[in-house]
Amino acid sequence: MSADFLYGIEVIINGLMAGVLYALVALGFVLIYKASGIFNYAQGVMALFSALTLAGIMSGQVPFAHLINAIFGTEIHYFGWEVPVLAAIVLTLVVMVVFAWCVQRFVFRHLVGQEPIILFMATIGLAYFLEGVGDLMWGSDIKTLAVGLPQGGSMFVENATSGLGGDDFYGFFIDKLDMVATVVAIILVAGLIAFSQYTKQGRAMRAVADDHQAALSVGISLNFIWVLVWSLAGLVALVAGVMWGAKSGVQFSLSLIALKALPVLMLGGFTSIPGAIVGGLIIGVGEKLFEYLIGAPFLGGATENWFAYVLALLFLVFRPQGLFGERIIERV
Amino acid sequence: MKMKRLAAMALAGTLAAAPAMAELVIPDLSYRTGPYAAGGTPFSDGYQDYFNMLNARDGGIGGESIRIIECETGYNTEKGVECYESTKGEGALIYQPLSTGITYQLIPKATADGIPIHTMGYGRTSAANGEVFNWVFNYPANYWDAASVMINYLLEENGGDLSGKKIALVYHNSAYGKEPIRTLENLSEMHGFELSQLAVDHPGQEQKSQWLQIRRERPDYVLMWGWGVMNQVAVQEAANIGFPMENFIGNWWAGAEHDVTPAGAAADGYKSLNMNRIDANLPVFDDIRSLVHEAGNAAGDGSHVGSVLYTRGMYAAMLAAEAIAKAQEIHGVSNITAAQLRDGMEALEITEARMEELGMPQVGPAFSVSCENHGGSGLGIVQQWNAADGQWVALTDYIAPDDSVIDPLVAEDSAAFAAENGIEPGCL
Repeated sequence: MSADFLYGIEVIINGLMAGVLYALVALGFVLIYKASGIFNYAQGVMALFSALTLAGIMSGQVPFAHLINAIFGTEIHYFGWEVPVLAAIVLTLVVMVVFAWCVQRFVFRHLVGQEPIILFMATIGLAYFLEGVGDLMWGSDIKTLAVGLPQGGSMFVENATSGLGGDDFYGFFIDKLDMVATVVAIILVAGLIAFSQYTKQGRAMRAVADDHQAALSVGISLNFIWVLVWSLAGLVALVAGVMWGAKSGVQFSLSLIALKALPVLMLGGFTSIPGAIVGGLIIGVGEKLFEYLIGAPFLGGATENWFAYVLALLFLVFRPQGLFGERIIERV
Repeated sequence: MKMKRLAAMALAGTLAAAPAMAELVIPDLSYRTGPYAAGGTPFSDGYQDYFNMLNARDGGIGGESIRIIECETGYNTEKGVECYESTKGEGALIYQPLSTGITYQLIPKATADGIPIHTMGYGRTSAANGEVFNWVFNYPANYWDAASVMINYLLEENGGDLSGKKIALVYHNSAYGKEPIRTLENLSEMHGFELSQLAVDHPGQEQKSQWLQIRRERPDYVLMWGWGVMNQVAVQEAANIGFPMENFIGNWWAGAEHDVTPAGAAADGYKSLNMNRIDANLPVFDDIRSLVHEAGNAAGDGSHVGSVLYTRGMYAAMLAAEAIAKAQEIHGVSNITAAQLRDGMEALEITEARMEELGMPQVGPAFSVSCENHGGSGLGIVQQWNAADGQWVALTDYIAPDDSVIDPLVAEDSAAFAAENGIEPGCL
């Protein structure tokens, strides 16, 4: 087989892996939108905040140390201990649940019945607030996230495939971190689907997603469900934050990964978990393949960001509700 | 009684709002928040700590105390312009925009307002021509110098011959990232190496395509013009594909500690340029620690002292302070104006002896500024990351750029700017 053909396959494989990472971010949007009709602009910042919290807890950093030191004239920065990864993850999830409760109690409870655009604007405010709190709580330094995730290309895959082409083919490159992210995403999606299908709370969540009024009439607490949904979105944000943060360190640009989720949502629909996954895969493969075949050789490269949106727009023209979104039927 | 109290309060308010007199006002357009905070914070800490040290140790400069006005730009061009507009009325003497985007916006404004801008190693490269850009200074070096220094270093590494070599440029897809392309293209023709260009879109969190291309094309060297998260991801991706780190060289905005620490041991051997040599034991740091930090006046938490960008911020402040002293000397007044500071900057001369005297020997090269040359000497060093020790190690002495390539480019670009803007080149 020719090296060009094999490298094309390599691009497709890496596009699929990148798509999984995009889908991880998109999942958080879908969960909240499906249950409450809110497009959560703050999802990217939630990924950043959760990763910052995890890194801060693991390193034994004192939250709000800068503020405390400025007020009391102290010089404290660390507790002097380190927290094991699993315990830190549990503590971070507790923080995200508290955050979910606060969001529900202090923001959205007061906005029940408001127009979707008002709710969307509220999430914009929430995003900037959370980014500021994250900065104040953990500082703006880049934090290394040492959670034991593997880095680097898989030598096993590279060696096993290097004989497929000639001398100018060096074997497939597959990032070990991307492989782990794929496995984690599969487990996460399976877990979310199992939760919504087979647990009482999951069924209540689906009932709320279908019809708020009907769910209320059978005794389902909307407040509880929304806290639950925001907590699950917090879990998804943590997973996304860890996977992206492992590549670059945890830093404030992590919040911009939300930009990668938007075309995925446009393509896959705002209400479908499988849609987020398939959308992510299509966007991942589409943008990488376009860059490989057209962008880099003919357009000077760096086409991925805008091509993802072009691809999503093309799908929108034919399926405005997205690939897996609920079909829009309006009766007159 | 009530009227009297109101009048007293109004007077107090007016006095508080009026600009303080007999002070050297220096705005600090910093960015301690947002995606680029990790780079902006140490620079700003170093910039402010040095001025605060001068206030504490020498009572300011020439007997005038220094007042710093910090304004947060978030590395956002619009906010940077707002910061400029809101601080210039305070009697601002000099601006260090710390962003190429902000610099481009401020060049016409500051020129019209008569306030000098210092863009140290960034901004518009052709501003080195002081006859066109009377109010803009980019000493001690600029982007085109950096590109040339990189190639000169590689020439040295390869016995003076780069013909047939493949060099890839990974760059931030912005005005900043594109700055070295023209220079590298000219150098490619001159030295016979093959140049490939790989653009990375903002913010640079995802670079898989670019590094797969590098893996396929196997260049001998990769040069990088990155900033922010692009740097950390690039170093990690280079390590992932097994690219030899000693053949990967970033510019001086891709060579701070936080650019390499996230990748851990995998970043070992990565190289970058630096316009300021670092040394954690500089004598000037003793003064900063004892007079500023221990007095509780540190701009930050004090953790960045000695780092690459803290040292660069301190170096920038020192160059501003020296220019202020020169302006005071030229005009015979201590409370100088922005226009007088411009004269001081144009007559600035930094010698090795003076650097030693200031407690920062070898931090920057010796250079002098003139009306014709606002760009300084253009020298840079190559440093290498030692992951085990967690520190940068200087590999070379200061390397000179190839002026025969840079000077015509500066002349051409500045002439085009002058023609576009109806500027008659000349000295003030």
